[in-house]
Amino acid sequence: MPNLVNETAVVRKPAWRSMKRHWQLYLVILLPLLYLVIFKYVPMAGIVIAFKDYNVIKGIWGSPWVGLKYFGQFFNSPNFWLYIKNTLGISLYGLLIGFPAPIILALALNEIRNGLFKKSVQLVTYAPYFISTVIMVSIIIVNLTPNVGMISKFFAMLGVENTNFMGIPGLFKSIYVWSDVWQFTGYGAIIYIAALAGVNPELYESAKVDGASRIQKIINIDIPSLIPVSVILLILNLGNIMKLGFEKIYLMQNPLNLSTSEVISTYVYKVGLLGSSFSFSAAIGLFNSIINLILLVSVNYIAKKLSNNSLW
Amino acid sequence: MINATRIQESKGDRLFLGLVYLFLTVILLIVALPLIYILSSSVSSPQAVVSGKVWLFPVDFTLAGYKAVFNNAQIGVGYMNSLFYTVVGTIINVLLTIMLAYPLAKKTFYGRNFVMVLLVITMMFDGGLIPFYMVVKNLHLLDTRWAMILPGALAVFQVIVARTFFQTSIPDELAEAAELDGCSDIRFIWSIVLPLSKPIIAVMTLMYAVGHWNAYFDALIFLRSPDLFPLQIILRNILILNTVDPSMMANVDQMQAQQGLRDLLKYSLIVVASAPVLIIYPFVQKHFVKGVMIGSLKG
Repeated sequence: MPNLVNETAVVRKPAWRSMKRHWQLYLVILLPLLYLVIFKYVPMAGIVIAFKDYNVIKGIWGSPWVGLKYFGQFFNSPNFWLYIKNTLGISLYGLLIGFPAPIILALALNEIRNGLFKKSVQLVTYAPYFISTVIMVSIIIVNLTPNVGMISKFFAMLGVENTNFMGIPGLFKSIYVWSDVWQFTGYGAIIYIAALAGVNPELYESAKVDGASRIQKIINIDIPSLIPVSVILLILNLGNIMKLGFEKIYLMQNPLNLSTSEVISTYVYKVGLLGSSFSFSAAIGLFNSIINLILLVSVNYIAKKLSNNSLW
Repeated sequence: MINATRIQESKGDRLFLGLVYLFLTVILLIVALPLIYILSSSVSSPQAVVSGKVWLFPVDFTLAGYKAVFNNAQIGVGYMNSLFYTVVGTIINVLLTIMLAYPLAKKTFYGRNFVMVLLVITMMFDGGLIPFYMVVKNLHLLDTRWAMILPGALAVFQVIVARTFFQTSIPDELAEAAELDGCSDIRFIWSIVLPLSKPIIAVMTLMYAVGHWNAYFDALIFLRSPDLFPLQIILRNILILNTVDPSMMANVDQMQAQQGLRDLLKYSLIVVASAPVLIIYPFVQKHFVKGVMIGSLKG
């Protein structure tokens, strides 16, 4: 028995001693922790505003509770289903096109031995990632300007003349998604190229000896080796479905395309900050975050069951 | 080497490789052409641009658009503001990220699992726009330069990448040896960890700096005074909302010419605003790819 007491003492003492000896590390971490609390955790607590009738004078805590009133107001608003449909529509379309694109680019680049051509393709395709959203939207707009922009001139050659592409509601999703593909495919491919670089070269050698063609090699070696990393990225993407990029959509909106371009994030901004309905807007934001969280957790669960790859 | 005994490529393989080259060439063109078009338009005459004569190469070379850009006081103010936010913001970002990541990388740091959980939670759930805005408002940061720096002083993803780097490349024995020699933790971070972490610091600096240079959303919701506006807000006013201050074209009398110059200004502005990042990018590309790979190891 005395042995046991002695042991716990031995275990405990160093922990306390090491804390004392490394007090400077605790000092160092204090400032970033303070940041986390103030700018990440206080806003989480601020969510209560969604369940209150926020009044500027009374403050968050002084305002009266109203329960789910604002959630009900959102669910019953005439445009509720439209915004849900737009958010999900743009997201899923983007995922369908945007998810495989970098994988295909990485597989193609992997076929080519190191050389000037490979390097130029990489250099050029990564570059658009660094372009700001404002500039990106401007590039879209100038390239689509009727009769002037490069893309509109290209369509004019095909017979579609003098069209204001940005004003056609049905085209909004495609413009959004394909411009995203243009901007982010090169960057997205980096991680897959890294994964392909990690494949054991002996696999390729023995495949060659067995007389496998390049296509067989891609199907039997390359694609299986990309599955773990792509599952992780797919979970992350699916978990962000409701968090559609506010900036780009907001900048691409115009009165003509609103029927297909208004999504939950732009609506939250307009109602909340421009319209000053803080509680209503916070309720919509919370609804969005919860759907997102549910998606992330369930997709992760499914991926774990099916493929043994998961975030946690 | 193995190359000496290489097995000859079959016909099918050579055809496939040819298709791959063709595919990548098409991709290369699709990405590059819109950028070349903008570059060429920015140095073409306004008439040529408006009448749709510009395809790939400049028509009637002129620098009038660039002159208009550099003569615009608003753009100058925005450029300087963005520079300020980028430099100060990035320094704070990098310092705070290291201050959080290093203790978390130490196995002996008591409470590190708890802090990691705190971090990961913030990646999955947040309070949303309105509560975030109210925190900034209650701290009286609205319409101050701090609003562009403090609310985004740290990116959790970068912390996790940096922590992975410290764990894998700073051996525990090094810290123990330094400790035996009487080196304090802060001194150790400063004189040993930082010099050994140049690659990850370079990557972090680039990522944070690009983020600040391109920041638009924070400025949109937190700033009201035009003299605090970063370049991106001014770009949006000119490029997307199409509100060009007529005084910037004081020398041009004709309405038509004004409209032409206004369009030309857009192209020049896109080039000028993207230049800093795109010029630095090829030099840091190597580090950048490395950084993405470090992050993907244990993300």
